[in-house]
Amino acid sequence: MSIQIWTWILVGITFTLYIGIAIWSRAGSTKEFYVAGGGVSPLANGLATAADWMSAASFISMAGLISFNGYDGSVYLMGWTGGYVLLALLLAPYLRKFGKFTVPDFIGDRYYSNVARSVAVFCALLVSFTYVAGQMRGVGLVFSRFLEVDINTGVIIGMIIVLFYAVLGGMKGITYTQVAQYCVLIFAFMVPAIFISIQMTGNPIPQLGFGGADESGVYLLDKLDGLHKELGFAEYTSGSKTTLDVFLITAALMVGTAGLPHVIVRFFTVKKVADARKSAGWALLFIAILYTTAPAIAVFSRTNLIETVSNKDYETLPKWFSNWEKTGLITFEDKNNDGKVQYLADPKMNELIVDKDIMVLANPEIAQLPNWVIALVAAGGLAAALSTAAGLLLVISASVSHDLIKKMINPKISEKGELIAARLSAVVAVCVAGYFGINPPDFVAATVALAFGLAAASFFPAIVLGIFSKRMNKEGAIAGMIVGILSMLFYMLKFKFDWFGGGTKEDWWFGISPEGFGTVAMFANFAIAILISKFTPKPPTEVQEIVENIRIPSGAGEAQNH
Amino acid sequence: MQSTPNKKKQYWKKNLKYLSILLSIWFLVSFVFGIILVDELNSIRLGGFKLGFWFAQQGSIYVFVILIFVYIKLMNKLDNEFEFNE
Repeated sequence: MSIQIWTWILVGITFTLYIGIAIWSRAGSTKEFYVAGGGVSPLANGLATAADWMSAASFISMAGLISFNGYDGSVYLMGWTGGYVLLALLLAPYLRKFGKFTVPDFIGDRYYSNVARSVAVFCALLVSFTYVAGQMRGVGLVFSRFLEVDINTGVIIGMIIVLFYAVLGGMKGITYTQVAQYCVLIFAFMVPAIFISIQMTGNPIPQLGFGGADESGVYLLDKLDGLHKELGFAEYTSGSKTTLDVFLITAALMVGTAGLPHVIVRFFTVKKVADARKSAGWALLFIAILYTTAPAIAVFSRTNLIETVSNKDYETLPKWFSNWEKTGLITFEDKNNDGKVQYLADPKMNELIVDKDIMVLANPEIAQLPNWVIALVAAGGLAAALSTAAGLLLVISASVSHDLIKKMINPKISEKGELIAARLSAVVAVCVAGYFGINPPDFVAATVALAFGLAAASFFPAIVLGIFSKRMNKEGAIAGMIVGILSMLFYMLKFKFDWFGGGTKEDWWFGISPEGFGTVAMFANFAIAILISKFTPKPPTEVQEIVENIRIPSGAGEAQNH
Repeated sequence: MQSTPNKKKQYWKKNLKYLSILLSIWFLVSFVFGIILVDELNSIRLGGFKLGFWFAQQGSIYVFVILIFVYIKLMNKLDNEFEFNE
């Protein structure tokens, strides 16, 4: 059977499964809509969190990024997993004990201020919208490459599916579809990795395989370092970024991960504090399976790519090369007219440009795996993109219906009215996300880094201080969040969008990239918050009691709507 | 048994102690082994891996997972000890 028929079959089966789950688990109350009724088991929540977290970027792009950046790619591996340690130890148990529905709920109540709540709503919406646009684009890309439909049609099919189960099922529907989506995506990621690991090193475990040796006894990583040296690239196992920058980017991604509202909110869905801790553990374990495999895939595909194309006659290249050339994601230009592919670091002599997004998608073809494996990768990419999109849409809809309408505009709204508002805002959010998927702004790639920077610079310090400092008051927290967001926005706009006079790499402050600046902005937030709180009145006694209370795990009860 | 406010304080102190130990390890394996000392550690080999590179792309992640499960164990024990479990 052809790849295309296999893909239709696998995508069809998985989509039917998601819709079936959504119908079975539709939400009947706001509590079910926002936090799945608060009765999700830690294991199911761990699975759902893992699917929620691992987006199209993790599934499709990350291994490719590492493949092209070698050691420098480690920032994503450490950054996007280390954040869960912070989440499990510093945030999740206490926020679960607090027991409300959303992150702005916590900020608003802990800092007894609607200004703080509004700042939090603004950040949650900004972060979630920038993120969701990328997911819809990912859905469109997979459809266009594997099913040969128009990208826009692909985006619309994705929208309808997400709409169906996010609007109908709310958090409850999303949770159980995410459990299924995790299984699909991890299976789709691991099968080709295991096949290729056996092919290249004889070891079925990719995590060990990429430290192994080929038939001639040469270690794979040494071979790759050698190939890189020959072609003029930086050595694979050492990077080209400065140590300071690697440090700061890793920290920004870790702290940003811990501050992302769609991840935090997953911990509101379990029964008690001990379950919140446990589900963070499960979540990281499930995430680590993919994240420790990705660097192995990166090494396999990099070696494979160089060995297959470098200095080979263009005419004799395998079929996948021309398939991907058609999509424009591989381009070859015979600059010296010798009919061979020169793949070199020097841009003047280099004749081959490979888009890093295709490494995972093309990998099974490069390794000549059977058609069903290639189709499986397509279904896995869709599962990753859809699960993350749904989680983000829920945060957006809850921010509007709960934080804005219920908490600020119309507190008297009925339970039924709020549920309708939540569903309507989910519909609007899907349409906006779809619009950005069809007309992607040029800044999607740049804004994903911004999303992490913003989450790191705003939410993380405000939540951590809210739990660990009884003295922290609204003046300090609000000032900290505003300084954090503004300095992050300023640095980002200046060096990514050429505002405020722009600037190039040479102008970066102390060589800090915009991606790493989130860490600096986070420290600015902490410093300002602590300083201001010293000169302003203590928080009221009842707020200090809230803090005392969230530190003790017993008596959490279920998530409350007051 | 101690009075409740005192008990809460003790519990919180123990919790902070666990946090500082676990987060030090978290910092050590990622930021120290995987980033700051990566070149030094790369002169040591672990089979086909250079050790610093291995910490950055594999080892730190394994340690993160272990850290969370150790934390779960410690806190469950602490909850039982202080009767804050449910």
